[in-house]
Amino acid sequence: MNKDYITAYYNDEDELLKAVRQLKEKGLEILDVLTPFPVHGLDKVLGMRRSRLTRVAFWGGAVGAAVGFFFQAWVFTEGYPLNFGGKPFFAVPSFMPVTFELAVLFAAFSMVFAFLIYFKLGPGAKTVIHDERITDDRFLVVVGIRKEGNQQEIEQALKETGAEGIKHNA
Amino acid sequence: MYVSPIREPLIRGEKNYSQVTKDILAPMAGKPSIYWYLGISLALIALVFGAWATYQTVYYGIGTWGLNKTVGWGWGITNFVWWVGIGHAGTFISAILLLFRQKWRTSINRSAEAMTLIAIACAGFFPLIHMGRLLLGFFIFPYPNTRALWVNFNSPLLWDVFAISTYFAVSLIFWYVGLIPDLGTVRDKAKTKIRKAIYSFLSFGWTGSAKHWSRHETVSLILAGLAAPLVLSVHTIVSFDFATSVIPGWHTTIFPPYFVSGAVFSGFAMVLTLLIVARKALNLEEYITVTHIESMNKVIILTGSIVGIAYITEFFMAWYSGVEYEQYAFMNRAFGPYAWAYWIMMTCNVVTPQLFWFKKIRTSLVATFIISIFVNIGMWFERFVIVVTSLHRDFLPSSWTMYSPSLVEVGLYVGTIGLFFTLFLLFIRVFPVIAIAEVKSVLKSSGDHKKTAHHE
Repeated sequence: MNKDYITAYYNDEDELLKAVRQLKEKGLEILDVLTPFPVHGLDKVLGMRRSRLTRVAFWGGAVGAAVGFFFQAWVFTEGYPLNFGGKPFFAVPSFMPVTFELAVLFAAFSMVFAFLIYFKLGPGAKTVIHDERITDDRFLVVVGIRKEGNQQEIEQALKETGAEGIKHNA
Repeated sequence: MYVSPIREPLIRGEKNYSQVTKDILAPMAGKPSIYWYLGISLALIALVFGAWATYQTVYYGIGTWGLNKTVGWGWGITNFVWWVGIGHAGTFISAILLLFRQKWRTSINRSAEAMTLIAIACAGFFPLIHMGRLLLGFFIFPYPNTRALWVNFNSPLLWDVFAISTYFAVSLIFWYVGLIPDLGTVRDKAKTKIRKAIYSFLSFGWTGSAKHWSRHETVSLILAGLAAPLVLSVHTIVSFDFATSVIPGWHTTIFPPYFVSGAVFSGFAMVLTLLIVARKALNLEEYITVTHIESMNKVIILTGSIVGIAYITEFFMAWYSGVEYEQYAFMNRAFGPYAWAYWIMMTCNVVTPQLFWFKKIRTSLVATFIISIFVNIGMWFERFVIVVTSLHRDFLPSSWTMYSPSLVEVGLYVGTIGLFFTLFLLFIRVFPVIAIAEVKSVLKSSGDHKKTAHHE
């Protein structure tokens, strides 16, 4: 975030939820809300879209299943067909366990990597820690300051909602 | 928020969020207690015994084991199935109970998942060591080679390779994704620079942003959705090792559901054994309460009863099939030379868990601890009975024989127990044993103070 912003925190998630709603109504730009645990209802208030990670998982799983199935089918019909007591080479039922396991493996890994890469999270990721207590018991809001400078308005609004520790980034 | 007046609070004591963080991080801070040192010393002794046994097996070969021409599978496979089963409780708690929105899982899922990972590692050790030539262990994977030969995809043992590796990998990321926010907490509470650097690396730069949380929940939910059928598939495939063969006593269609419920049964017993000690040693009695223990005991009654019915059904089907070999295999199990193992299994798995119908017993920690040990023993014997009694008297009476393990086999088993406790004791020092963020998210609806407020 290169913008100028103001941060302030609340001590309770219900208080936070109410406050964020009010700040939104006032037309303030909320850059981020940092909480120690998922606060339900916040995604709606902030107007988040439905996650697309479900689709990533689905397609990851589909690719995994296809890779698993067709690879086995190729091995036993083209690659190196082996005769096991006269049983069919193209034995669909016995391909199922490996197909299923690979579907699960690919779905899980593609989704988790998509999540980490999209949010640029990973070992040694450089992220801004606004307040060390947000992983403990503080609920922090980050409000962006407009170019024309509406600090006063923001501070006023934050105070009205009962925010504490109002701070400017610069 | 709706608060059910009948449900017991899940977290005891008047707590706020900061207190929760403090309580859960407490076992990681400071010097470990004398009990921790005592525990890890015992575990390391067992591990050294296992290392000796591994050396013997690798250096001299499988001949150091008590196996013979008739009984080709002994303690190795017994231990493998036992450990995989134990691992299943962790996934059951974190995945299936998450899908069912069971809030009581939040206090126990982290340690149960850690237990899962360690148990799979212990389990995986047995098939590897059973190969004798560990050096060639990579032969089990389909990789392009100069012989243009692939693996046998029709073999349940190969399915096992895929099932166990996938299970381990998916359990690992499921566990780690859940840990990320809590590692952020550890990072922010760290007092020394090195500690801060390590946990900041491990926490993947977690910020607690609302958007991250929302997607984190989606990821957790879908991983749970994937892990739930996965855990069922894993023990199903493990049971295929037996069920797809033509050995009387193994060749039954009841094996997959019977193995899966047996796995959850033994896994919950192991979770109870560990947590009853851990909650006391780590001062987490207000988080892992008698309510949690009771809920787990109810799962034990259910799965234990399913296992009991499966034993009886197997007997019935042996008689009803009219196949004399099948009938002999079961009569031999119950009344043959290994009858003692069969009756230990029956007593520990079918009789003792039924005591949990009494509320006094299922809410008593001492009784639960003792019964959980019984279940652990009983489930080990179940696998022993299935493996050994079905093999030792085969179709040809001239090759009938008995099997008993050698010291090397005992060493391998004891060694994995040592490995299990060593890693678990290290885990409780390095990672938060309870999912901090998850406990906080249920604190308002299931904490003690809200409950009392509701009654006023």
